[in-house]
Amino acid sequence: MRAVRIYQVAVIVGFVLLLEVLCLAGVIDKITMPAPHIILRDFVLMIVHRRYFSDIAITMTNVLIAFAAAFTVGVLTGTILHGYRTARDVLDPLFATYYAIPVFAFYPLFIVIFGLGDGPQLLIGFLLGVVAVIVTILNGLDRVPTVLKKTARINRLTALQTTMQVTLPFCAPYLLTAAKLALAYAFIGVIGSEFILARSGMGYEIGFAYTNFDNATMYPLILLILLMSIFANGLLSRWEKLLLARRGQH
Amino acid sequence: MANDERKPLRNTLILIAGLLLFWEIAYLIVGEVALRSPLETVTFLGKLMRTDIFWPHLAESMRAFAVALVIAIVLGLLIGFSLALHRLSGDAMEPMLVALYSVPKITLYPILLLVFGLGISAKIAFGAIHGIIPVALFTLTAVRSIKPILVKTGRVLKLSPVAMVRSVLFPAAVPEIFTGLRVGFSLTLIGTVLGEMFASQHGLGYLLMNAISLYNVDVIMSVTFLLVVFAAGVNTMLLAIDRRLHRR
Repeated sequence: MRAVRIYQVAVIVGFVLLLEVLCLAGVIDKITMPAPHIILRDFVLMIVHRRYFSDIAITMTNVLIAFAAAFTVGVLTGTILHGYRTARDVLDPLFATYYAIPVFAFYPLFIVIFGLGDGPQLLIGFLLGVVAVIVTILNGLDRVPTVLKKTARINRLTALQTTMQVTLPFCAPYLLTAAKLALAYAFIGVIGSEFILARSGMGYEIGFAYTNFDNATMYPLILLILLMSIFANGLLSRWEKLLLARRGQH
Repeated sequence: MANDERKPLRNTLILIAGLLLFWEIAYLIVGEVALRSPLETVTFLGKLMRTDIFWPHLAESMRAFAVALVIAIVLGLLIGFSLALHRLSGDAMEPMLVALYSVPKITLYPILLLVFGLGISAKIAFGAIHGIIPVALFTLTAVRSIKPILVKTGRVLKLSPVAMVRSVLFPAAVPEIFTGLRVGFSLTLIGTVLGEMFASQHGLGYLLMNAISLYNVDVIMSVTFLLVVFAAGVNTMLLAIDRRLHRR
């Protein structure tokens, strides 16, 4: 495990150093990319001076709303759908092809229908995540051991009680996986939409900085987004592993 | 059983009918301002295809997509196999690739634009980075889960690394690798279209964005429809091959 950690740190440090050398040597010119230490300096300045905090707040709020909607609707739909074999069979081809479809292509259409604002962005973030949640929940519910279901029946639990006290708790690791996916997709959906066409938000500011050759804004914002999504993903992955380890499945 | 084999087809047909019905109802509710009915969309797509402006955009998108896909597959397989053959590298790089997979790659697009300049190369690069990671990850997992006996047999026969990959590892891992290629295909397409939607002058993505500023609902609906049908059609085909490979 130690060797793996050292390897990972070496890869990251090596990559940054390589960029630094290439930038300082002039192989990568200043207009394309400032040297990593300059990006880091700009990044610290951005945080200290609280620049773009309102955009960051807008983006984060939208990501959280899209995430919460995709997760809630996904879990509810998945739980209900699990009881209806035929409906599931019919929707199966949709689930199988869903992620092959460029959902972002619907963004222009949503703008035309709902107007340019938070609505279309939230909808893209929601649509990207919701099916992953449904599929993960169905997958988890399929694995509930018969003995648990029988125990629930012996104790005469109602359908709702069975779901709340037996099946959903059993599916806890799957719920986490679903949350991880929904969060990643909410990030991609909201920031991607802001980037394509919007009036505010981190994605919008990056696009704006790009058109103005404002690298001192663009690179720190990109760095911030990468750090945030990697951090959130890492946190949920660790939790997921912990849960699975407690069950002795890994 | 014949009945069982026909079931998926029946389900797909019911699904398509359901989606069309949903579309038609949405059209009736929202109205002509922002939506077109399925029939109008298909009719307009036919008209669009007979114009001269459409084909250069389609050709540009297809060319960017094809090159990006080739790059994604070649590099993805290369990375996947090299990581799988070296235990430590694989263990270290796999979580990093997974983390990279969930990052909103769209934020990296301005950097690619600055490196490659406005034009087809930036789009190709953007499409390719979407596809490389899933191809590499699936290949890595596929090669690692090959039965050790196969690898041992290869070693006993003193196969060279190239011969080992060609006649043992690759054939054994084909079903999983194919799943990776299928996912890679979809993501590369998404990446290419997404790239065209920002700061581009050609391609279907550009056509879509241009239609927003002209408020041309016909173009938006028919191009979106075309993209969805193409993506869904190819994926259904690949999925059928995928399932057959896994059943072997």
